[in-house]
Amino acid sequence: MNVIETTNLHKIYNSTQVPVNAVDGIDLTIEKGEFTAIVGPSGCGKTTLLNMIGGLDDPTKGRVTINKVALNTLNQSKLIDFRLHNIGFVFQAYNLIPVLTVKENIGFIMQLQGRGKNECNARIDEMLEAIGLPDKKDQRPNKLSGGQQQRVAVARALASKPQFILADEPTANLDSKATNELLELMEKLNREENMTFIFSTHDDRVMKKARRLISLDDGKVISDVTV
Amino acid sequence: MRNYTKIAWRNLWRNKRRSMITISSVFFAILLAMLMRSMQNGTYDLMERDAIRNSTGFIQVHAKGYWEDKTIDNTFENTKSLSQKVSSEQNVSQVIPRLESFALASTGKITKGVGIVGTIPAIENSITKLESRVVEGKYFLNKNDNGVLLGDALAKYLKLGIGDTIVLLSQGFHGFTAAGEYPVRGILHFPAPEMNKQLIYMTLATAQYFFAADNRLTSYSLMLENPDKLDKTYQTINDGLGKQYEIMTWDEMMVELKQQIESDNISGMFMLAILYVVVAFGIFGTILMMTFERKREFSIMIAVGMQRYKLALIVFIETLYMGFLGVLSGAIASTPIIYYFYKNPIPLTGEMATAMEEFNVQPILPFAFSAEIFLNQGLIVLILTLIVALYPLANISKFNLISGLRS
Repeated sequence: MNVIETTNLHKIYNSTQVPVNAVDGIDLTIEKGEFTAIVGPSGCGKTTLLNMIGGLDDPTKGRVTINKVALNTLNQSKLIDFRLHNIGFVFQAYNLIPVLTVKENIGFIMQLQGRGKNECNARIDEMLEAIGLPDKKDQRPNKLSGGQQQRVAVARALASKPQFILADEPTANLDSKATNELLELMEKLNREENMTFIFSTHDDRVMKKARRLISLDDGKVISDVTV
Repeated sequence: MRNYTKIAWRNLWRNKRRSMITISSVFFAILLAMLMRSMQNGTYDLMERDAIRNSTGFIQVHAKGYWEDKTIDNTFENTKSLSQKVSSEQNVSQVIPRLESFALASTGKITKGVGIVGTIPAIENSITKLESRVVEGKYFLNKNDNGVLLGDALAKYLKLGIGDTIVLLSQGFHGFTAAGEYPVRGILHFPAPEMNKQLIYMTLATAQYFFAADNRLTSYSLMLENPDKLDKTYQTINDGLGKQYEIMTWDEMMVELKQQIESDNISGMFMLAILYVVVAFGIFGTILMMTFERKREFSIMIAVGMQRYKLALIVFIETLYMGFLGVLSGAIASTPIIYYFYKNPIPLTGEMATAMEEFNVQPILPFAFSAEIFLNQGLIVLILTLIVALYPLANISKFNLISGLRS
């Protein structure tokens, strides 16, 4: 079952004197339960592609379809709602909400979705166990290490059981130990909850774990390998 | 909603120092504004109250045309039915019948133009506390006492003492010659120098006899139970008395005082407006910094699925908290100060005191203690805060998500 489909996807930035083709005609199909890494050098268009797949950025040309819904047909408000119910995001810089505790951060998206308190609490406890931080649930993010913060960010993205997770360079700020722990966690969740993961990365450790590697260069797919 | 208020509250204390500075600016603005307004309103109340009590009353009834042409011929007959009609109006607490005109006062070779006020001693005293102004001699013995009370400056000018005789000469009703000799019963001292220099009080009966204006009056001065119902009472009396009378409210008669209060009030409000603009920019500065600093965070929240309007609501609540905390703390701090000066008015000296005395007003600076001051100033600052809060609302509704994520 296809989850994500991009058709002739282009993104051209005109803010510089010479227009830049950040994404140049990408056609992709990503299936449910995939553990996919989008790789390539800096500036190759990984983040731009992820942003367009996540509905954060508009393509200059082409379209993104998720579960048969073309994102370009949704207005701003509906697009936000679509992201809320279908996509989980993990960012390079963790981006937890600093004024919320670990527990509140994990439950944040579920609360936005309007889920009941009991359901939220049960899922938060489940996620805290999964990321191995039940004793940190009442801490604010600034009391956690980078690795712990990123695990909380993953838990936040996964707690609401979205259709898929988009992770932009999730290990870029982590040391080896934290990277391994995070990758193991994501693999476990992918395996146990059949969650679709799409990473952008140039971290070899992540690439080794990925089951599909999509390589980009100059905004084009230069290879697409299933391991 | 509870979550949004919680996030907003916690956000407020992320940068404690900045929030405290902003809240403090609102606090000091409110404190200053409340003290200023309380002092101004207290002074205006005092000026109105004293001026009304000591001279015109809240409403006066005259013969038609008297106010423009204050002659003894422009008087009206003090009939029982007229008196009853006026005093039976529900809001009228007291009626002072007066006969006022001008005369030449003379002793030996000294002559001076004076104002004569004929009144009923007991009623006059119950309202204007005229007896308390007697600094030498005595107050009128009864309503038919034929002695006079005169201002101390006038007595000094005419070289008169208690028991001396003053000669008064004037024009009486319908061209009669008014002339008479009157013993000086007492010397009065008023705060207003002009009153000391030219006023002579006599009983109404004596004045009516002197001016050959039997049973005639120049005015009924009306005191009211509830001054807030002035307009309604005016209307009722005006409708009830007919066209041969003119009914005037105190502010029509004391135009100068009214204008002085109004101009002072406007300049006070102008000062407050400047203060509020400064405070509004202070809050705006904080909001501006807060909005720019948190652009990335806002972007993340929108990216993960928070609607822009919900985010705007959080920032809006934060701004409200700042305004509300400033207003509340300012009101709490100003209340005991205002209450103290409400109970213990500041005595005035020098030019300020002289200016007040010229309007026959006590030279003190009283503070008003009313909920209106707190509500008005609080509301103004909260409204300003709401206006300032429009900026982050506008900003959040339109900022670019990708540039926010990259910031």
